[in-house]
Amino acid sequence: MISLSGSFRFEGRWLFKDIELHLKPEGWTCLLGPSGVGKTTLLRLFAGLETHGEFQGEVELVDAHVAYMAQSDLLMPWLDVTGNVTLGERLRGKTPDLPRAQDLIARVGLADHAHKYPSELSGGMRQRAALARTLMEDCHLVCLDEPFSALDARTRAEMQELAFELLEARTVLLVTHDPAEAARLGDRIAILDERGMRLFPAARSKPLRAIDEKETLDLQVRLLASLREAVS
Amino acid sequence: MIRALWIAVSALFALGLWQLVVSLTGVPHFILPSPFKVAETLVNSRELIAGHAVITIAEVLAGLVIGSLLGVASALYLMISPTARRLLMPIMVFSQAVPVFALAPVLTLWLGYGIWSKIVMTILLIYFPVASTFLDGLMRTDPGYLDIARTMRAKPRQVLMRIRVPAALPSFGSGLKLAAVYAPIGAVIGEWVGASNGLGYLMLLANGRAKIDLMFASLFVLAAFTVALHYLVSLFAMWLTNRANGRRSSAG
Repeated sequence: MISLSGSFRFEGRWLFKDIELHLKPEGWTCLLGPSGVGKTTLLRLFAGLETHGEFQGEVELVDAHVAYMAQSDLLMPWLDVTGNVTLGERLRGKTPDLPRAQDLIARVGLADHAHKYPSELSGGMRQRAALARTLMEDCHLVCLDEPFSALDARTRAEMQELAFELLEARTVLLVTHDPAEAARLGDRIAILDERGMRLFPAARSKPLRAIDEKETLDLQVRLLASLREAVS
Repeated sequence: MIRALWIAVSALFALGLWQLVVSLTGVPHFILPSPFKVAETLVNSRELIAGHAVITIAEVLAGLVIGSLLGVASALYLMISPTARRLLMPIMVFSQAVPVFALAPVLTLWLGYGIWSKIVMTILLIYFPVASTFLDGLMRTDPGYLDIARTMRAKPRQVLMRIRVPAALPSFGSGLKLAAVYAPIGAVIGEWVGASNGLGYLMLLANGRAKIDLMFASLFVLAAFTVALHYLVSLFAMWLTNRANGRRSSAG
C-alpha cells in the first residue's frame, strides 16, 4: 500500500494538517486543487524530494525508487534525447541499456528525433522525451506534477492518452489543477484545498475516459463545483 | 562584415585624432610621436619587438593555462566540500582586497628575474575570476535538474560531473573571458618590476631612453595580442555555451 498521512508546516504555518492519502494500486490517483495548498509538497514527499518545511507523519512506499516528472520537462539541454533518456543509469554509474532506451523513444514517437537536443524539439516533443525518461526508470510509483499543464489543448489530450497507455499497471500520482484532466484520468480523485483533503466519489467507468462522454463532462462539472465550494 | 567595417572606421578615426593632436600642438616626437613614426618604428624594429613579444606571449599563455586549471580544480573542490568552502571562501575574498601588483617585487625576490615570477603574477590575477565564476555556476544548478537526479538516486560524483559541470560551462566561459583580459596585465606588471626581456621590459627601457615611438610600437603589439587572445577565448566561451544549451551552430 502506498500512502501518506500527516501534517506539513512551512515557516510556522500549517500547509496541511492531519491528512491521509492512499494511492490506488496500479491505477491513477489524481490530486486536484487550487495553487498554494501543498499539492506539489505532497507529491514531493512521495518522491523523496526536498520540501523546505517540516513534515510530521509517515510516507509508506513499496520501493523507495520513484519516478518523477514535472511541469517543466527538466531535460538536460546539453544531452540529446537518447542521452536524456539514459541519464538515470549513467547517474547511478551504470552502463545504459541502449536498446531499451531506443524502444521507449520509439514508443513515445520520437524515433526520428533520438539524436536531437531539447532546444531542437517542440514543447510537446520535449514532454514525450521526459515521459520516455520516466519510463526508463521503470519504477512502481510514478509521480507526475502537472506534467501536461504547459501544453496546448490538443497536445495535452494526446499526452494524457500516451501517458495513460504507457504507464499501465503502474501506480501513478498525478497532481493537477485542471478538473478536466482529473475527470479523464482518475481512478481515484482527491481534492486538496484550504479545508483539507477529501476523496471525491468515484466515477463508475474506468479511465481513460473520452473527453466528450457525458459522464466525463458531468464529473468535470462536479469537480469544478466542489473546488469552488471551498472559496465561498 | 558591417561590424568589421565600423571597427576599421573607428580605428582610422582614433588615428586621425592622434595625428591631429600631434600636428596642432607641434609636440616633439620624443614626447608624443605621430602614428606614422610609430608605424615606421614598428616595421624597422620588428625583430627586436618580436623577440620580446614571444617571451611575453609565452608568459601570458602559461599563466592563463595554469591559472585556469588551478581555478577549475579549486572550484570543483570547493563545490564538493562545504567545510573547505566555509574555511577558504573568506580568505579568497579577502585576497581580492590585496592589490596583487603590490606583490610583484616580492615575487621577483622569491622566484627571480626569469619568466616564473611573471607567470605566477599572471596566475594570481586570473585565478580568482576563474575559480569564483565557475564555482558560482556549479552552485547555481537548476534545482529541477537536481530533483531529477535525486529521484534517479544519482551518485554525488555523477551529479557533479554529469549535471553541475555541464550546466556551469557558460559561467566557466565568462571567467575565462575575464582571465584573457587580465592575463597580459599580470605578465607586463611582472616584467616592469624586474626582467631582462619581454614587452613590459622593452617598454620601460624605451621610455627611459626617450624612445617613445618604440614604447608605443611595443604597446601596440601588446594591445593587438590582447585583443586577439580575447577574441579566441570568446569563441571558445561561445562554444562552451552552445554545448551547454544543446545548440549545434558554431560561432554566432
